[in-house]
Amino acid sequence: MTVGLSVRNLRTHFFTKEGVAKAVDGVDFDVAPGEILGLVGESGSGKTVTGFSILGLIDPPGRIVEGSSIRFNGEELTAAKPERLRAIRGAEIAMIFQDPMMTLNPVLRVDTQMIETVQAHARVSDAEARDRARKALVQVGIPSPDERLRAYPHQFSGGMRQRVAIAIALLHKPKLIVADEPTTALDVTIQGQILFEAQRLCRDSGTAMIWVTHDLAVVAGLADRIAVMYAGRIVELGRTADVIERPMHPYTKGLIGSVPSQNTRGHRLAQIPGMTPSLLKLPEGCAFKARCPIAVDRCNEMPALEEHRPGHWARCWRASV
Amino acid sequence: MIVYIVRRLMQAALVMVVMSILVFVGIYLIGDPVLMMISPDASELEREAVRKALHLDLPMWQQYLLFVNDALHGNFGKSFLAGQPAMGLIFERFPATLELAFMSLVISLALGLPMGVYAGLRPHAPGSKAIMTGSILGFSLPNFWVGLMLIMVFAVMLPDLIPGWPRLPASGRGATVDVLGVKLSFLTLDGLRHLLLPAITLSLYKGALIVRLARATAREVLPMDYVKFARAKGLSERRIVGVHVLKNIMIPIATVSGLEFGQTVAFAVVTETVFSWPGVGKLLIDSILLLDRPVVVAYLVIIVFFFVVLNLVVDLLYSVLDPRVRLESRAT
Amino acid sequence: MTDAALEPVVAAKPQAPLRRVVSDFCENRLAVFGLVLVVLSIFVAVFAPLISPQNPFDIANLDLLDAKAPPGSVSGDGKITYWLGTDGQARDMMSAIFYGMRLSLFVGFVSVLAALAIGVVVGLVAAYAGGRTDAFLMRIVDIMLSFPAILVALILLSVLGKGIDKVLIALILVQWAYFARAARGAALVERNKEYVEAATCLALPPWRIVFRHMLPNCMPSLIVIATITLARAIALEATLSFLGVGVPVTQPSLGMLISNGFEFLLSGSYWISFFPGVALAIAIVGINLAGDHLRDVLNPRNLR
Repeated sequence: MTVGLSVRNLRTHFFTKEGVAKAVDGVDFDVAPGEILGLVGESGSGKTVTGFSILGLIDPPGRIVEGSSIRFNGEELTAAKPERLRAIRGAEIAMIFQDPMMTLNPVLRVDTQMIETVQAHARVSDAEARDRARKALVQVGIPSPDERLRAYPHQFSGGMRQRVAIAIALLHKPKLIVADEPTTALDVTIQGQILFEAQRLCRDSGTAMIWVTHDLAVVAGLADRIAVMYAGRIVELGRTADVIERPMHPYTKGLIGSVPSQNTRGHRLAQIPGMTPSLLKLPEGCAFKARCPIAVDRCNEMPALEEHRPGHWARCWRASV
Repeated sequence: MIVYIVRRLMQAALVMVVMSILVFVGIYLIGDPVLMMISPDASELEREAVRKALHLDLPMWQQYLLFVNDALHGNFGKSFLAGQPAMGLIFERFPATLELAFMSLVISLALGLPMGVYAGLRPHAPGSKAIMTGSILGFSLPNFWVGLMLIMVFAVMLPDLIPGWPRLPASGRGATVDVLGVKLSFLTLDGLRHLLLPAITLSLYKGALIVRLARATAREVLPMDYVKFARAKGLSERRIVGVHVLKNIMIPIATVSGLEFGQTVAFAVVTETVFSWPGVGKLLIDSILLLDRPVVVAYLVIIVFFFVVLNLVVDLLYSVLDPRVRLESRAT
Repeated sequence: MTDAALEPVVAAKPQAPLRRVVSDFCENRLAVFGLVLVVLSIFVAVFAPLISPQNPFDIANLDLLDAKAPPGSVSGDGKITYWLGTDGQARDMMSAIFYGMRLSLFVGFVSVLAALAIGVVVGLVAAYAGGRTDAFLMRIVDIMLSFPAILVALILLSVLGKGIDKVLIALILVQWAYFARAARGAALVERNKEYVEAATCLALPPWRIVFRHMLPNCMPSLIVIATITLARAIALEATLSFLGVGVPVTQPSLGMLISNGFEFLLSGSYWISFFPGVALAIAIVGINLAGDHLRDVLNPRNLR
């Protein structure tokens, strides 16, 4: 597609002394304008690295390997010059990080950090930039924005800080926001508020969003489509309702089964046995086979991501159709 | 904030009192107090007279109080050699030392900070390795040796070997300009020529420390999330390094520079000797070697006072630079 | 993408694997170079009487006609080549440097060892006792450390007079506080570890806990501080001797030799100051190069 984000065969590898860690090894997905995609996976699945790869923020010893394609509104990002990438970041594609305490510089005031973002992409005066910043703070529901602008990050609560981070992301009305576990570090009640705000903002402004998380429950109520990642690959991809109610991949089933709910009260929580394999030593074939309850000999060969049902893909020889 | 200042002032006063007792004990008990006041070649009669005049028959604590009283009035006796009041001599020569120390501070910051930040940004570049090795040399080599080498190269060898190479002065202070009653030499070209070698010598140690500190802090700061976030916002590398990284580096650098300034003034003793710079340090050495004790005592008291004030200023400066410290102390 | 979390260690090993330390150290060429310089200096210092062409302090050996001879010249009676020249009193520079190195290193090592002993005792006592004792001792340490070493040493020597023993006293006094603070810091880290609790439960006497158990674990950081302090001590002694308040003229250290040659610098006989200076620099830089890498290798984080 020429509009929106289109990722094909994304491979981001880390070339370390101990070997090559294939953090992301062949990921394909699309995000249409205005759509919210939930990218779900446990630690080490490659979901965060995917997010950073889109923005070109992979530091050595990692890099995006040849053959990967990230097309955004028709433009190939992997081939873009550094200055072009810089212009895109913060303006057309914005990012929200996980821990707002660490993402805001503690020795600089909030207004400084917001004004510099405005002026990095638009030639406006300080007063104009400050005005935009103030409007952004109001948009995310922060009271007394003028006072807040002159404050330092550590004077805010966790939820407030994350709202500031969201405000910064929205300053230039980006077409796509990559949110990397933005609510993981917050209280559950605040989490709910932020989720609601994010959804509202996206609907209102038509911004697409990739919400990266390890918590399936979080994106179940938020995303339009869900992509499940495991050991650097997407193992299931489809509309939220489909993935949650009729999961095809054993891993997805395991994830859903391990979420506590009314049905499981009083019963032992189902767990997926075993641990994620080390990215340095991935097994031959399907990476999940060691933990899979229905693995067979055929699983020694890597399955492709097949569209087993319309709009619903899974990477499994024995996907439940 | 006020509470904090008052508390620090009281601590400072306490340190002064303790130091004054130590100085008193050191000079008056270990040495012969009579020698404080008159030169060693005086006759026995004169000594007796002085002994009475100095109240040496009084109990110790009374002597101490007299000493403090004199000190507070700025009276430390007269220098044997110059005949002037010791304190006056010190004040006369202090500006020269301060000028030298300031110049070396400027040089060490101007050169050390960029080099250290560069080494932190590109740790594997060959330039960085050279800078780090150079920094080891910088703080290893003894001050006086560096001074001698500089004299040898720039005041003797190069001008001898290369025709037309300017000969840098190896001793003394250049022409001065009177500013508010204080003679400053860096405002004249001749003064600068004389300042150059001694200031460079003195700046080496601190410059090396600054390079290492800047590099270590830069390496600590660069992987931080807020730097990554700044990149994600689309800020230019120049802004990221120049504002985000640098502001974090400045805090420890400023603290170290402030604290080390006192050390620099102390080390100026050596540099002044090598370059015959007419500052307070040279005065001290000469006085020690020639047993001019009133000057030594006066120097001690002044230097202790200087250090206490300096520590206080640095503490306050630190709380200004780091907003986290400032606001927390206001809350408590 | 975080590193593996470090597991808390319940039982502390008393000594780091020596072999790994040595092999880590040898990876860095500069550090090895520094070590070579240090070994060279020590060798020269220890064997000075054997390898010197002449005993420069025996006046009978000196022929004043040979004074201020440039490097490479031969003595009047043809017996010795003055490889590094002679000074104002016709002493062979090379021999003087060897003997001077001996004195410089001797003063440095002895003062550091003594300061280490005193400082470690004070630091460990403070860490183990805690409370007011700790606060009081550390207050003293802070005050000592806030004054520049050179001033304290200068004033002390002006009161005590010249002499090697007095220089040693001054150096020890100036340095013990570093070790006290380092020892206390390392000991405090150790104190909170389980093995100290275990030892206390076993009703071991305090001194045993402190010296047999806590001390070995503080050794790495103490060794690092000792090397840095050694370089500073040698530099400080040289500076004091250069200024004329250090060792007596009859037993010159490298600093004193440099001082003697100062007056000849501008008139062209540079070698009288230059070569002792180079020797001094070799010793100090060698110690610092090796010590710098030693610090990285012995970093407690790398050891566990």
